Amino acid sequence: MKTHVTERVPQAMLLLAALVVAVLLVSLGSYLLLKGGEVLSVDFLTSIPAQGMTAGGILTPIIGTVALTLITAAVSVPIGIGAAVYLSEYASDNWLTQIARAAIRNLAGVPSIIFGLFGLTIFVQGLQLGSSLLSSGLTLGLLSLPYIITTSEEAIRAIPRIVRESALALGATQWEVIRDIILPAATPSIATGVILSLSRAAGETAPILFTGATFYLSGNSVGLMQEFMALPYHLYTLVTQHQAIEQVQPIAFGTACVLLLTVLLLNLAAISIRRKYMPSTLL
Amino acid sequence: MQLAFQASGFFCIAVLGGILLMLLWNSIAFFTDVPLFFFLSGTVWQPENQQYGILSLLVSTLLVTIGAMAMAIPIGIGTALYLAEYALPVLRNWLKPAVEMLAAIPSVVIGFIGIVVINPAIMAIAKTSNGLNALNGSVLLATMALPTIITVAEDAIRAVPQAFREASYGLGASKWATLQKIVVPAAYPGMIAAIMLGIGRAIGETMTVLMATGNAIAFPKGMLSSVRTITANIAIEMGEVPFFSTHYYGLFATALVLFIISFAVNFAAEKVTAHIRKFQI
Repeated sequence: MKTHVTERVPQAMLLLAALVVAVLLVSLGSYLLLKGGEVLSVDFLTSIPAQGMTAGGILTPIIGTVALTLITAAVSVPIGIGAAVYLSEYASDNWLTQIARAAIRNLAGVPSIIFGLFGLTIFVQGLQLGSSLLSSGLTLGLLSLPYIITTSEEAIRAIPRIVRESALALGATQWEVIRDIILPAATPSIATGVILSLSRAAGETAPILFTGATFYLSGNSVGLMQEFMALPYHLYTLVTQHQAIEQVQPIAFGTACVLLLTVLLLNLAAISIRRKYMPSTLL
Repeated sequence: MQLAFQASGFFCIAVLGGILLMLLWNSIAFFTDVPLFFFLSGTVWQPENQQYGILSLLVSTLLVTIGAMAMAIPIGIGTALYLAEYALPVLRNWLKPAVEMLAAIPSVVIGFIGIVVINPAIMAIAKTSNGLNALNGSVLLATMALPTIITVAEDAIRAVPQAFREASYGLGASKWATLQKIVVPAAYPGMIAAIMLGIGRAIGETMTVLMATGNAIAFPKGMLSSVRTITANIAIEMGEVPFFSTHYYGLFATALVLFIISFAVNFAAEKVTAHIRKFQI
């Protein structure tokens, strides 16, 4: 059967839309990787910013971002998985649970700058933690919570009911079922969600603007109660706040490239964990 | 042990409640100094002259978001339809994860692209002296909203039962006619939800607009004028404002407006999806 023109024109237009997206993806990625690749070197990653950030590398912001992400994880992973276990294993479908679910969904939609204001009010001022690594980490921890809860709950729910019932029938308590059966089986999927949530948090700038990120830090000292440099904030200040635009631009490209690569690698790690373990968790 | 789990489960209620309380508390402090009417109807935001009108910020936010949606909706929905209905599985299996990865790119990197790529492009095409304007922000926000729109809309389209399509083909309808008359109407609520979520993502975005829209504090004249959104204004001024001043509280009041808008948009998206679930076969 010959395809009529009224069939082919709309199909071509939809294809065009998909092509726009594909071209956008490829050009965006390759542009940043190529331009950043010119600057990227072991030296760039392992030396501290020098000469008013017009030279040197990005070691200090890398250390800051790693430390920040560890605090974020320490806050959001236990609470997030705990909440997911509660929602999938314990909670009955009453109004309180429904409010908790609505709160989680809405929290995921709260603009990140509002998390920044919340962190400023509660951690910096309220709890007197000051503008510090700890304040920023706690703020990002709250921001990541809804994502970790949602993905972990999905992971836990994917475990067939019969697995729980067999364990309970053998005399295990509910806590034993969760600890020895559910959590181990759900770990790969939970890990996928956690990695993706943390990679998102590591790239956030707005929540750390007024809770602890700083323009410049001499030396490499990291302290919970100190201000810190972070990769996203470093990129932001380089391209918008720095006077010597031309001189810092290569470093900005390098920083953007490192951010992009970090996200790409974390995503690939998450995907490969999913591919590797998925069949066995589904039983 | 159950108590610990329960506590984590309800922790999110406390956080959301805390955010709302913080916004309300600080906003009330602001409205004792500046009447609500002047705040909502004023077009001039000049804290140094005690002028606290949110309109120019609000209109800028809406302008950039509408511009973004004008680009992201046709491209996003078109891509979703193509991926769900026409694309070979090979293409689909590559493009979908790639699109999801686009969602993971930090907003500050997108904003950086706005400065080094879109800015000179706009200057060259529109022959203006400054490419940091509403249009630039819109292009970037469209890029950021695309993954949300594509993923959610594609899921909605694929959720339309195959039997619907087959029944339509059986009656002699062509592929495009089926898509137009059967698949799209059936997936319509999901596609609306996708758009709403895309809007929600765009409206609350800070770093990209902060870096790419120029941040001039004036009532926007068009897509080529430099604008300052609510989010960018908070980011710029919160760092310099003396704590607990009228200006400081005023920034929380603008944040409250932003919170209400994004809450409404997400709530609408949620209602639409709940509606689908109710009627799913």
